[in-house]
Order: sequence, then C-alpha cells, then structure tokens
Amino acid sequence: MFGKLNWSAIPIDQPIPMIASGVVALVILGVLAWVVLAGHLPYLWREWITSVDHKRIGVMYTLLAMVMLLRGFSDAIMMRSQQAVAFQSQGYLPPEHYNQIFSAHGTIMIFFVAMPFVIGLMNLVVPLQLGVRDVAFPTLNSVGFWLTATGALLVNISLVVGEFARTGWLPYPPLSGLTYSPGVGVDYYLWALQISGVGTLVAGINLVTTVLKLRTRGMTYLRMPMFCWTTLASSLLIVAAFPILTATLAMLILDRYFGFHFFTNEAGGNVMMFMNLIWAWGHPEVYILVLPAFGIFSEVVSTFSGKPLFGYRSMVLATMAICVISFMVWLHHFFTMGAGPYVNAIFGIASMIIAVPTGVKIYNWLFTMYGGRVRFDTPMLWAIGFMVTFILGGLTGVLVAVPPADFLLHNSLFLVAHFHNVIIGGVLFGAFAGYAYWFPKAFGFRLHEGLGKAAFWCWLIGFYVAFMPLYALGFLGMTRRMQHYDVAEWRPWLLVAAAGAVIILIGIIFQIMQLTVSIRHREELRDRTGDPWDGRSLEWATASPPPAFNFAISPDVTGEDAYWSLKAHAKQQGLEKRELDYKDIEMPRNSPTGFVCAFFATIMGFALIWHIWWMVAAGALGAFATFVAFAWRDHDEYVIPAKEVARIDRANIEERRALTSLAGA
Amino acid sequence: MNIFDPQGPIAAAQKTILIDSVGIMLAIVLPTIAAIFAFAFWFRESNPRATYQPHWAYSGRLELVVWSIPTLTIILLGGVAWIGSHQLDPARPIDGTGAPVRIQVVSLDWKWLFIYPDQGIATVNTLTVPVGSPLDLELTSGSVMNAFFIPQLGSMIYTMNGMVTRLKLRADNQGTLQGLSSHFSGDGFPNMMFDVQVVPQLEFPDWVARTAQTNRVLNAESYGKLAQQSVETVTSTYRLEDPRLFNAIVTQEIPPGPGPKLTSESAQSHIGGQDVR
Repeated sequence: MFGKLNWSAIPIDQPIPMIASGVVALVILGVLAWVVLAGHLPYLWREWITSVDHKRIGVMYTLLAMVMLLRGFSDAIMMRSQQAVAFQSQGYLPPEHYNQIFSAHGTIMIFFVAMPFVIGLMNLVVPLQLGVRDVAFPTLNSVGFWLTATGALLVNISLVVGEFARTGWLPYPPLSGLTYSPGVGVDYYLWALQISGVGTLVAGINLVTTVLKLRTRGMTYLRMPMFCWTTLASSLLIVAAFPILTATLAMLILDRYFGFHFFTNEAGGNVMMFMNLIWAWGHPEVYILVLPAFGIFSEVVSTFSGKPLFGYRSMVLATMAICVISFMVWLHHFFTMGAGPYVNAIFGIASMIIAVPTGVKIYNWLFTMYGGRVRFDTPMLWAIGFMVTFILGGLTGVLVAVPPADFLLHNSLFLVAHFHNVIIGGVLFGAFAGYAYWFPKAFGFRLHEGLGKAAFWCWLIGFYVAFMPLYALGFLGMTRRMQHYDVAEWRPWLLVAAAGAVIILIGIIFQIMQLTVSIRHREELRDRTGDPWDGRSLEWATASPPPAFNFAISPDVTGEDAYWSLKAHAKQQGLEKRELDYKDIEMPRNSPTGFVCAFFATIMGFALIWHIWWMVAAGALGAFATFVAFAWRDHDEYVIPAKEVARIDRANIEERRALTSLAGA
Repeated sequence: MNIFDPQGPIAAAQKTILIDSVGIMLAIVLPTIAAIFAFAFWFRESNPRATYQPHWAYSGRLELVVWSIPTLTIILLGGVAWIGSHQLDPARPIDGTGAPVRIQVVSLDWKWLFIYPDQGIATVNTLTVPVGSPLDLELTSGSVMNAFFIPQLGSMIYTMNGMVTRLKLRADNQGTLQGLSSHFSGDGFPNMMFDVQVVPQLEFPDWVARTAQTNRVLNAESYGKLAQQSVETVTSTYRLEDPRLFNAIVTQEIPPGPGPKLTSESAQSHIGGQDVR
C-alpha cells in the first residue's frame, strides 16, 4: 500500500532532526493558524498564491530563497561546529548524519537559495527595466515558481521522513548508485531536483522570451540596462544547460529504479560519463548564478556613482563571451582523473580565458566610479565588498585552473574556500545588493540603513574569518567532507573558521532585525516618488510599489539610461503639465494553475521516492488534469479601465511633482 | 601534510608553479584592489576636490588597456599551465637513484590496500617506500571512487573501479608522511588516512623480508573480507598469494565491493540498512 514507507522512516531515535523539524513544524503551524484566524487566507490566495504578476512572483521567489538560506545556514553552523570539536573524537554528529548535512547544505544553497534569489530579482526587475507590463508567459511563471517550491519542500520533508542524500551536493556514482546508497536519500535529491529543474527551465524560457520579444518602444538591444543583458545571458544558459542536468539525473534514476547500467561499476556503466555530464551542466550553472549578480552590480555602481556604466558595449561583449565560454571548461572539475596533459592543459587555459572578460568587468566598474559622486548606501557597500572579495576568489580560481597546482589543491578545503569566495562574495553579495536596492521598488519603503550596514560588515568580516582559514587548511592537505580528523595542525584553523560562521550568524540576525524594524517604521521610510536612489533605468520611472500594470503609458526610450535622460529632459523643460492620454489596459487574470500543479507534483515526487505507485499515478493524473483545465480556459485577461489607470497614475505624478518642487525650493 | 614542505620532486615542482602563479596574478590583483579603494574614497560624494564628470563613460584607449591587462596575464599563465601540464603529467616517468618500485593501489570501503607485486607482499593503510627510488603506482578502486593523495609528495589522482590510473612519485627524504583519500566515498571516508614510511634504500629489502614472514595471506578469499565495508584501526600486512590479484580486481573477475549490508526490510526503508561501521 505505501511502498517502502513505514513508521521506521521517522527517525524518532535521533534528537537533532526531530527537534529541528519539530520547531519548523510549530513555526509553520503557527503562521498558518495566524493566517487563517486573522482572516488573511482569502487575501493570500487572491493576491499572492494565485498571482501571475511578475512582481509578486519575484517577491515570492526571493522570500523562498531567504527562508531556505536560514535552513542552509543552519547546516553550515552544524558543519563548522562539528569540525571544531571532532578532533580525535566523533564530535556530536555521526557520519550518516554529518554526510546528509553537507549534502543538504550544498544542494539547498545552490538550488533553493542562490537560484530562486537571482530568478526572483530577475522576475521582479526585468519587465520594469524593459518598460513592459509583465513577462511573456505570466501563468507559466507562476508554475515555475511553485515547482521550485515543491523541490524545496521535498528536501525539507526528508528531514522528518526518511533521510537525505549522503553523497555530496553532486551525487557521484557509483556511491549514489543503488549498491552503495540503497536508502531513499538519493531519491529525495533526484526528485526534488527533477521537479524544481522543470521550474527553473520554465523560468529561463520565460525570461529569454521576455527580453527578446517584449521591449518597450525604442528599447533596442544596445539600450537595455546591463541587468537585462546579464538576465538574457543567464537565461540562455539555463535553457541550454538545465536539460543536461535533467537528462543526467534521469539516467541515474533509470539506474536506481529500473536496474539500468549507465553509471554502475558493472555491465559497462561509466562513472566518468556522469562526471562529464553533470559538470557540463554544473559549470554553466556557476555563471547562471553569477551573471545576474554582475548585472546587479553594474546597476548599483552606476546609480551610486551618479554616472553611466563605463564601457557599456565592452560589458555586453564580456557578458556574452562568458556566456559562450562557460560551456567549454567543464573538465577543470576533474583534472585529477588522469586525462592526458593535452586535455588538461587545453581545459585549464580555456578556464583561464573566462578570467579575461571577468577582469574587464571589474575594471569597468572601477572606471564607472572614476569621476563619479560615490554615495555609500548599503547596496554600494555590498558592491565594493564584492569587487575586492571577488578578485581574490578569481585569483584562487585561476590558480586551480593551472592543472599542476590543482593536483595539490583539488577537493581540498582550498577549493571549498575558493567556491565560497566566489559564490558568497559574488552571487550572495549581489543578491543582497539587489535586495537592498530594489526593496523600496517592490514594497514602497526603504530598508533601515543602519542595520543594513551592520549586516554588511558582519557578513564581510565573517566571510573573511570563516574562509581564509579554509585556504590555509587546503595548504595543510585537509580534504573536504571530513566528519572527524586526527591531525593536530588543522584544529586551530577550524576553530577560527567556526568563529567566522558565528560572525556571519550575527549578520543574518541583523538582516532579520532590519526587515522587522523597516516594516514597523515603514511610514518614515516611505518612498513616495518611486525613485529613492536617483535611479537611471525605467523601473524608477513608475510608482513604488508599481501598479499591477507597471506603466500607465508605455515609455518611449531614446538612449541608454532611459529614465536618467527623461529626468534630465524634464528638468530642462520644467515638469510637463499636459494631460496624458490614458487607455484601457488588459492584464492577465490570476490563476491557481501553478499552485495546483505543484500540489500534485509534490504528491507525485513523494510517492516516487517511496515507490507508492498508485499515488504516483494519482499525482501525475492530477497535474495533467490541471494542465488540461488551464488549456481550456475561456477568459485569460481582464481590463483595467482608463479612468482607474488615470487615477492611479495621477496620484504618483502629484507625489513626484510635490517632492521635486520641494527639492527645487 | 603541509604542501609548502614538499618531500619529493613532484610536490616541489607543483609548489613552485603554485607560488609563481599566485605571484603573477598578485602583480595585477593588488594594484586593482588598491585602485578600488582609492577611487571609491577619492570620488566620495562629500569630497569637493574631486571633479564630477557625469557623462564620462567611454575611452577607447582605456578599453584597450582594460582588455589587454587580463589577456596578457592569462597568456603568461596559460604558458605556465601548458608546460606544467606536460612536465608534471602524473603518468610521466621520473628518474631516481634506486631501482623503481612497483606498487598497486586499491581503494576499498574504507581502507587502502597496497600491493607490491614484485616483492609478493601487501599492506593495508601503511605504505613503505625506499628513499630516492622512482615509485611506479597503478591505482584502481575495489568499490566507489576515491582519490589517492600524499600531500607532501604531490599529484593526487582518482581511483575508479574497472579502470587503472597511473602515477609516478618519488620521496627524497626519510621519515613518516601521511596520505589520505581526497574524494568523498561514504561513511568511513575520514578513516581513510594512511601513513607513508620512507626508509633508506638498504633497509627496504629488510622490511620486505620481514613482511613476507607474516602468516596472513592475501588471496581472493581474504580480499573478499577486506572488501566488506569497515574501518581499520590497525595497519596490517599480507603475503601475496597470487601476483595477478590486482588484474583480477581491475577486470572485475573479482566483483566490486558489496556496499552496505541490509539487516532487515524495515531498516532498508529508513537509512538503507545499518552499515557495519
């Protein structure tokens, strides 16, 4: 009846996961109870869960990322504290638990923190920057988000029911095959990623189409803000790379479920093929994450220097160069496999070549500051922290691209330090910069500056204290994923690294405080004009938060930095007083398709993990029926009358006028 | 295990390349970092002496420089990578003072088996080599992937079932070194540390003779026991019965290790069976 599932799947004898999941369950129940009792459920259902508005979906993606960041960071704290105590002892985490923790940490941080964070920001901002009303496929957008949430949910269910993978964030066979991992952990990993992978692919297709097909009048490719370019590059990479991941994991699924031999030791299976395939996705994935961050920094550095981006065309070229070359370097993840010197040297040099466009980007940001008036608001602090930190990460990255150096450093904590250096210093700092920069746009009030700066300094210092010791440990030969160790010279560095994790924890606490304090004081922090930073691109040309239709009248673009030139023009002419010609606006109707689809996908994924075949059929049928029902819909748009558009838009224009004249006086 | 304290020519050469590469990159990285701080500080909004150029966003000359600096650096480093990859290819023969010693390495769950086919002996989790002799290693895995790594001798390399990777090393100083697996392989992975005894040339035959006197024999049967998942707390030595054992492992004539033992149906559903650890 229930496949492999029975009561022994719940680890009652293990206090840590039980307590953790108990607390999480209580929090979730508490929030649900509050939502229902306070009568917020209809509002949530109508305005958020079924919303197809790109801004709402972007916010939900970001929220998912921040919640999962807390989960992934709890794993990090446990790993750091285990390694701090596990000198000549077993520490407090047995290997079967510790191995799940580092696997879950990597999986969550990449797939359910970094990915939804950047996709959320792209969703929120790109249509606004392009001057359009929504993404190309609004309902599909909602489906993509909810499927991502399904994957995150499945990973968290594994905490209570069964186990998670114990094979690392990329499950290399044969360890992840049925012979060596007979439990359900790898299956949780596989189905969580297969389902959320569909969501990511859908989001990628949506964003590519949006950038290519939906730009406002005059928004030619070479007038698009840098963030739109990096979104395009990143989404192209998603569309090209995620099918490889899906196919690779599907092969591993066939091995595990149907006795195939793609990657087994026996019967002609080939583990090297898995490594090649997974990194053919995995290396572009790195750039899927970091390119949008580059875009955010381009926007931030230019805005807070009060200047256009230096060498815009050079930046576009560099972005697209990275996009293409990122597919040609995957082999540097396994120089130590014993391929010949020609293979290693060629892939090493190809990997170094990526450093050229990346270096160009750094210099261009540098010269964007040159001759500017640099304001050190929180987003700019993240940007400067990023530039310095990322250069170091780039240096260590190019170092491990030199095959003979990699022969000493591969798989060591040096490598761990390197990729955290680029992912925290690049992607996460970028996401936090974007969060602080666009928060007023999404919600209509700024985040508290003081607490934001405190969080920044804790993150920056915490990062260096936590990861510089890991570089040193790599030089001392310490390899990654050690549950315990007997080497005395490693211990002091691990203690320092644990202290660094605590400093980052303080930073996260500041971020939570910042959000709560900002919400409480939202009236003082209110952004009335829609342009709190003296912005340059079109998202600042509309109200904060923008109305459902984004722009009452589609803007006309005449050059780079579209909104900046509009403002300059308006200052010369005096604010234009003429009456605008408002028209009815058609907007897509909300749809529960995404949520319902994801509900059935969750059931199906869970059933597949536990081999409950009737439930698999029920879930698949439900998801398909949802799709059919959606395909048969009669009304997919509704009309906002011109009068309503005019009322909303005039209110914003009044606010802007009032503030501008105040500033003028 | 400090890689800046190499004990052999391979590790020494790799250390040199590592330091040189960092040096080359620091030459551009440090000035760039300094420029970031300098520009951000000088062009701060509150500095009245800085000139504001709100429209300055392009300079052809500067663009040329900006593309050239990283390109030149990468050309230099690319040369280092190309030459280094060839000279330090793990399989490339090296010379030494004594006769080469052939060692066959098998990674198992979760221990290392070292077979000396020419001497007719084998050891678990301890490797004894003569100082100065070229070490000719052939490596495979009896179960999942691992990586063989003695940090102070250099050049880690993967071990994979059904395949042989080749590695040439040399130890130049007597003493005890430590080696480990540097690729995660399951629950007993942190216990895959092994020690490396580098002994004088003349003592090596004595050690071989002493080891050969052991009454434990390595054959298909005792190998089968070793291939079970377990953690070894003591090192052990064997007399090698069949010098073709390594080939039998590589060709899967002896099947790969069995993985975790399943104690019961119910345990299977929870974490996939209690392992013998």
